[in-house]
Amino acid sequence: MNQRNRGSEVSPLTVEGLTVAYQKKPVLRNVSFEVPEGKLIGIIGPNGAGKSTMIKAILGLLPRVSGETEIYGRPYKEMRRKVGYVPQRESVDWDFPTNALDVVMMGRYGHLGWFKRPGAKEREIAMDCLRKVGMADYAHRQISQLSGGQQQRVFLARALAQNADLYFMDEPFVGVDAMTERAIITLLNELKAQGKTVLVVHHDLATVKEYFDWVMLLNVEMVAYGPTEDVFTKSLLHQTYGGRLAVFDHEDEAILVDSR
Amino acid sequence: MMEFSWSVLADPNTKWILMGCMLLGLMSGMIGSFAYLRKQSLIGDTLAHAALPGICIAFMLTGVKSLPLFFIGAFVSGLIATYSITVITRYTRIKADAAMGIVLSVFFGIGIVLLTQIQHSPNGNQSGLDKFLFGQAASMIHSDVYLMMGVSAVIIIACTLLFKEFKLLSFDPGFARGLGFPVGLLEQLLMFFLVMTVVVGIQAVGVVLVAALLITPAVAARYWTDRLGVMVVLSGVFGAISGVIGTLISTTTSNLPTGPLSVLAATTVFGFSILFAPRRGVCAKVIRRIRGNEAIRASERMREMQRQDIRLRKEESL
Repeated sequence: MNQRNRGSEVSPLTVEGLTVAYQKKPVLRNVSFEVPEGKLIGIIGPNGAGKSTMIKAILGLLPRVSGETEIYGRPYKEMRRKVGYVPQRESVDWDFPTNALDVVMMGRYGHLGWFKRPGAKEREIAMDCLRKVGMADYAHRQISQLSGGQQQRVFLARALAQNADLYFMDEPFVGVDAMTERAIITLLNELKAQGKTVLVVHHDLATVKEYFDWVMLLNVEMVAYGPTEDVFTKSLLHQTYGGRLAVFDHEDEAILVDSR
Repeated sequence: MMEFSWSVLADPNTKWILMGCMLLGLMSGMIGSFAYLRKQSLIGDTLAHAALPGICIAFMLTGVKSLPLFFIGAFVSGLIATYSITVITRYTRIKADAAMGIVLSVFFGIGIVLLTQIQHSPNGNQSGLDKFLFGQAASMIHSDVYLMMGVSAVIIIACTLLFKEFKLLSFDPGFARGLGFPVGLLEQLLMFFLVMTVVVGIQAVGVVLVAALLITPAVAARYWTDRLGVMVVLSGVFGAISGVIGTLISTTTSNLPTGPLSVLAATTVFGFSILFAPRRGVCAKVIRRIRGNEAIRASERMREMQRQDIRLRKEESL
């Protein structure tokens, strides 16, 4: 499967007319786009712009009003194994009775199928993934005893264990220490080097240019989408954030502060 | 005291009750672990209270007291109750805790009205339905215990086979759905087991207290371990022990009720766990704090001594 799709013309993700509503009020309106393979794509927009909603709708975690999505040219249901997901860290209770290694092994559950328990092979894969995020020493640590950044890296390792080709990450940089931020960005670049595609919901406008090849500006509707240098401009950002954005010019470069 | 209780066991009837209460504690402890971890501690209570009108209606429709029929009644009204909670939280601004409070009391109120109605009816006296309020373990008959055996066997097998699935569902249902597991189906399965446990437990422990057997052993077990598998087994063991202790005390002393005694036994285990569990327990925490403070004080003393040392040397050199 990997070989067949690699290098072919099929886009890892196409979204056509996606609309999502929470009780009659659309939170995401008629969004269409196509994702190029092997790129790091930042999804940017103000709070309530529908960034997480879009990811969840694509993954079938939220019901959609309308719209089609295809993963490598096929329905998501058939392509689950090609998709990895890093939810927001706060979405789970970290006081759950389990350790870091066990959480990472959950990334293999989809491959294991029903009833089968994870074994030595899954343990090995999980340890490998923990090593990649610099968390091998914490494998047997109860997850509540990890710092926020370490928890985020465990979630990342779990997504790595899924061994997917297309990744969705929901605000992986929120509330993490500088070391974790470095670890995540190194990992993102490694994934990219392997030809994998990563969509990241991102908040920190100051790092967008450094981190992402492509950017999607989203505020309920899609404002702009394309290579970072074309899209990450003052006027388009103003259009996305409205008055909530302060733009400062500093040595020729636009440094942007999200004044939420 | 102990010899006395063992002699009581010679009575075959007591043996059955003991067996029933032990199995009830075991299965409610196991399935309760997942309910507790999924932050659904109150769901058990809601289901139990909601079961009452279902049981009453089942009796009114058929006029016979049979556990399978009661089970169907309880199951249907339990489903309606949980559905009502979902609808209320989804379409109003009311939060889940308030919704559960509303649904629980409404269903219980209806149940009590129906119960009173039944007791005033011709064949109401024989129904023994009033025992369902606080439970009467002594009224368990062989077939009831067989049913309990069956239900607990199903729950043990399901928790073993679907351990991985239930774990993922409890920890991160969104991720489980992303992996392609039918989260809705698994949730309903857990809910189904919860209803089964509640219904077979009502007879022994009663509508009001059965939720305690679901949650208390699980909370106690959580204090002793950081591993889900160990927690589920431990919770089952705590529940079983509570059932046994409740039965033994109630049969050896003057007619105290078994169900409430089992709940008190579970609460004692819980209290002991809070105080003495390693790491998470109150005592462990206090000891850790004292030791930590002492270590800080010792290092402060060391630093102070070094500072004095440096000062003295400076004075000497001057």
